Amino acid sequence: MRGFEFEQADDVQQAINRHGSSDALIAGGTTLLDLVKLDVMQPEKVVDVSRLPLKRIETLEDGRLKVGALVSNTELAKHEIVMRDYPVLSEALLSGASTGLRNMASTGGNVMQRTRCPYFRDPAMPCNKREPGTGCSAIEGINRNHAVLGTSEHCIATHPSDMCVGMVAAGATVVVEGSQGVREIPFEEYHLLPGETPEQEHDLLAGELITHVILDPPRGGGQSYLKLRDRASYEFALASCAAIVNLEGDRISEARVAMGGVATKPWRATAAEEALKGQPATRETFERAAEAVMQDAVAYSHNGYKITLGKQAIVRALRDATAAARA
Amino acid sequence: MTTETQKPQRVDGTLTSIGQKKPRIDGTLKLTGGADYAADRNLPNQTWGYPVSSTIAKGRLVALELDEALAMPGVLDIFHHDNFDKLSRSPNDFAAANKVGELRLPFEDNEIYYHGQYIALVVADTFEHARAAARKVRAQYEKSDDQLTDILALDSGQGDLPGEDVPGDASSRGDADSAFESASIQLDQRYSIAHENHSVMEMHASVAQWENDMLTVYESSQGVVFQRNALAKIFGIPQEKVTVISHFIGSGFGSKLFMWPHAVMTSVAARRLGRPVKTVVPRELEYLNTGYRPTSLQRVRLGADDSGKLLSIHHDGCNETSPAGLHDDSVNGATPSMYACDNVAVTNRLVTVNKGTPTSMRAPGEASGAFALETALDELAVKLDMDPLALRHKNFADRDPAADLPWSSNHLKECWDNAAQRFGWNKRNPTPGAMKDGDEIIGYGMATQSWEAMRQHCSARFGFRDDGTLLVACGTQDIGTGTYTIVAQTASEMTGVPIEMIDVRLGDSSLPSGPLSGGSFATATVLPAVSAAMKEALAELKTLATAEGGVFENVDQDSITLRDGRLVSGDNSIEIAELLRQNRIGLVDGEASTKPGDEQDQYSFRSFGAVFVEVRWDPGISRLRVARICSTIDIGRAINPLTATNQVEGSIVMGMGMGLFEQIEYDAHGYPYNNSLADYIVPVNADMPQIEVELLDYPDYLRNEFGARGVGEIGLTGVAAAISNAVYNATGKRIRDMPISIEKLLAS
Repeated sequence: MRGFEFEQADDVQQAINRHGSSDALIAGGTTLLDLVKLDVMQPEKVVDVSRLPLKRIETLEDGRLKVGALVSNTELAKHEIVMRDYPVLSEALLSGASTGLRNMASTGGNVMQRTRCPYFRDPAMPCNKREPGTGCSAIEGINRNHAVLGTSEHCIATHPSDMCVGMVAAGATVVVEGSQGVREIPFEEYHLLPGETPEQEHDLLAGELITHVILDPPRGGGQSYLKLRDRASYEFALASCAAIVNLEGDRISEARVAMGGVATKPWRATAAEEALKGQPATRETFERAAEAVMQDAVAYSHNGYKITLGKQAIVRALRDATAAARA
Repeated sequence: MTTETQKPQRVDGTLTSIGQKKPRIDGTLKLTGGADYAADRNLPNQTWGYPVSSTIAKGRLVALELDEALAMPGVLDIFHHDNFDKLSRSPNDFAAANKVGELRLPFEDNEIYYHGQYIALVVADTFEHARAAARKVRAQYEKSDDQLTDILALDSGQGDLPGEDVPGDASSRGDADSAFESASIQLDQRYSIAHENHSVMEMHASVAQWENDMLTVYESSQGVVFQRNALAKIFGIPQEKVTVISHFIGSGFGSKLFMWPHAVMTSVAARRLGRPVKTVVPRELEYLNTGYRPTSLQRVRLGADDSGKLLSIHHDGCNETSPAGLHDDSVNGATPSMYACDNVAVTNRLVTVNKGTPTSMRAPGEASGAFALETALDELAVKLDMDPLALRHKNFADRDPAADLPWSSNHLKECWDNAAQRFGWNKRNPTPGAMKDGDEIIGYGMATQSWEAMRQHCSARFGFRDDGTLLVACGTQDIGTGTYTIVAQTASEMTGVPIEMIDVRLGDSSLPSGPLSGGSFATATVLPAVSAAMKEALAELKTLATAEGGVFENVDQDSITLRDGRLVSGDNSIEIAELLRQNRIGLVDGEASTKPGDEQDQYSFRSFGAVFVEVRWDPGISRLRVARICSTIDIGRAINPLTATNQVEGSIVMGMGMGLFEQIEYDAHGYPYNNSLADYIVPVNADMPQIEVELLDYPDYLRNEFGARGVGEIGLTGVAAAISNAVYNATGKRIRDMPISIEKLLAS
């Protein structure tokens, strides 16, 4: 048996001290246990952070909502402030996984979720994300589930999270802490594009851990999260869209659009936002916004349908968010 | 026997146990963890096996580097081609009950035939040690790049299907070619169904133990007798020296009918080590090493006159098979029997691909064939501008046109009309896209369902105990379908003893030989044997009771009847348990064997059904969902309407998987892309439509004295076609390749 050390940390400082570069942190374990059993991750030490005092959700004086990294997905989705002020995030969370998994999964862990690319999850196969320089099996292989936005010739794997898409739309900051102190990283800069280094998935330095995610002050307006997938539940998105629409009369004063399932990271669709701002809230506007997002999309052998599906997700999510804004 | 079909008979209401809705008698055991599944078994001094499998699809294994793995903690040995026992293959004969899943023995040679093929078995003192060491075994291959995993890519799209013709599968009547050519309405289309996997919940496992020269294997098996016989042949030992035990099975769907290589390598390892070995097939390898419904490609040509009368049916099939073992899915076996048509021709072809051996998967052949035929009929109805249900009625076969025999019992017309009425088929607008509800477009589709009603030979033992309980034993299995329960119901019906006092023993090859749990024939096969064995035991009881000094001394045995656990003659009666106690006998029992008789040559036996589907298509987001499924089934008498209905409901869900989601995909390198429960998509609870099943209740006494046929598979047939036909009605898109994925809907 491949052994590993196991330690528990009672506070953030202990976790930082005990956590080396070849180690893994475990909170809910819903990603880590899978990947260790598959031999995809081989930590020398696993540090249990589930006891850290990071389980609170609190409103800050500036109106932002500070979410502890150990708040479970269920708790966050069902929190009354989240349901009231960030419904797009609540819907995104509830569209992911199953109740059992959401009960275990933590906010910080969800941010750290790794791709479901089957080639990544099979150590027998070449994969630049798992073993840099070995090649990307998905580009030449089956890539039906893979990304059409943000890809590189080294990796086309999607980021699987729904929660992160909701957070990108809502606007958020990732708070990390390490031996050098505390850093705050804008949520959409936290995850990295694969580029030449698909193994570097996020802006987290060795020894750092996520302590909180702080949501921007509520944007109001109408909000909607739409997740499209083969079956009705318990499956990752083929395309998803989180939309927040603020109206002034019949015109869109401000919109936030984020996408999942089609991109290598939780995708802020700024092209859509620009196309929507100041425009009438009509189907034609929504379609122009969708076109704007997908004009840079690159299809591979099996995933060209995602360009159409992604546009459909945007149009419908904007329609529903607009209807919610009018309600 | 007359040649007339027996008149319909409704259950007369006098039955107290058979025909009643009874919860499974093993339900409590299953819910409380008391049911001993194969992988739950732990034997003293047991070790663990973990397989190493090929990571290429075709080529040759040149070398295995074992040193690192052998040095790992707890490792006892590693078995592979160079050190494996020299064994003989099973004769692989269904009739002799020794058919296996994969003919090739594990490690038989160093050729690699498919990705996932076992190349070594690591045995260690714990599961974790075995798995860790297995991952340290390094293999060197000479890789061939001409592997084939996609038969659809071989198809030219017109004319003959690819592959080797199987002459024995061909059949014809009349002159289908000429009739097609001269038909005023013609249809010529191709259909395909993707490679599907059983995805059983309970994983495949073997726990093997040798005690002296006796081999015992605990296996999750739908056929303990078949596996016992096959192991005896492979090891060259008397079958009496082999016992296979499978008390409970957590779903099989065909993947556990016949033995797979893991059982052989585990048995060899146990013999070599002199210790029990447990091997649980890893989930990802189950998708590659324990069978699957092979990809099938089909061509259907229909010729009809303007009234919709079928003049000609051609049905050509082609399915995958493996270099490691032959499997012929015979997708069009039922076609010649389905509709009245004078000119019919069917052919089958096989293509050898670099995959493990395919096997039966719930309604093998017919589920695939029914998809093509029933979709083609829908297309024909469109050409005729005719209601698809009316087209079926027009071509109803009032006797089996393939065998030229009367049906034993056939209520297909009532199935069609009953299901249509409950579904509300008359509200259907035949114009695609015409029925709307908000963002969604509604589509209705239907198909005929059918499955052959087979019966096999079977032995059983029936006993009366001195504590008033009954013993019923048969070497068949309960794969979750409720066999334990219906055997108890039957014993209760015949004796008047309450179900709670009936001890049913199944899943043990040392019991009297019973059938496979497959083909939907277990019920029709086992119950007559139970009945015959009961009569043997009853005769023993009567002899005992009428013996000198007995309670019925000098009473004519024929006057003695069995009622409520008592022997009764006139005003006199005795409790059977009391009779045994008086004679200081613990158990009076009898064994009997039964098999179908000459009714096989006089009638055709088949079950029928009709399935109607409502789909909801949201074109704005390319979302297709099944909203409602309504099915009416004619299976003779349902021994237990609760478990029987449950079988049809489960089959329908599996049919949804075939229609909408399920496919194992191989990439261009022969790599299986989605061999995991997460990536192989089956329907989940949120996908469940409203499912309404009605069982007609016309006992088929020509099949057996209980009037029961079988119900495990028929519910799956026709479902994918009905979905596809409903999708056409909603969208105007005719998807002929299953599953109906989002990209196919977007592309068409």
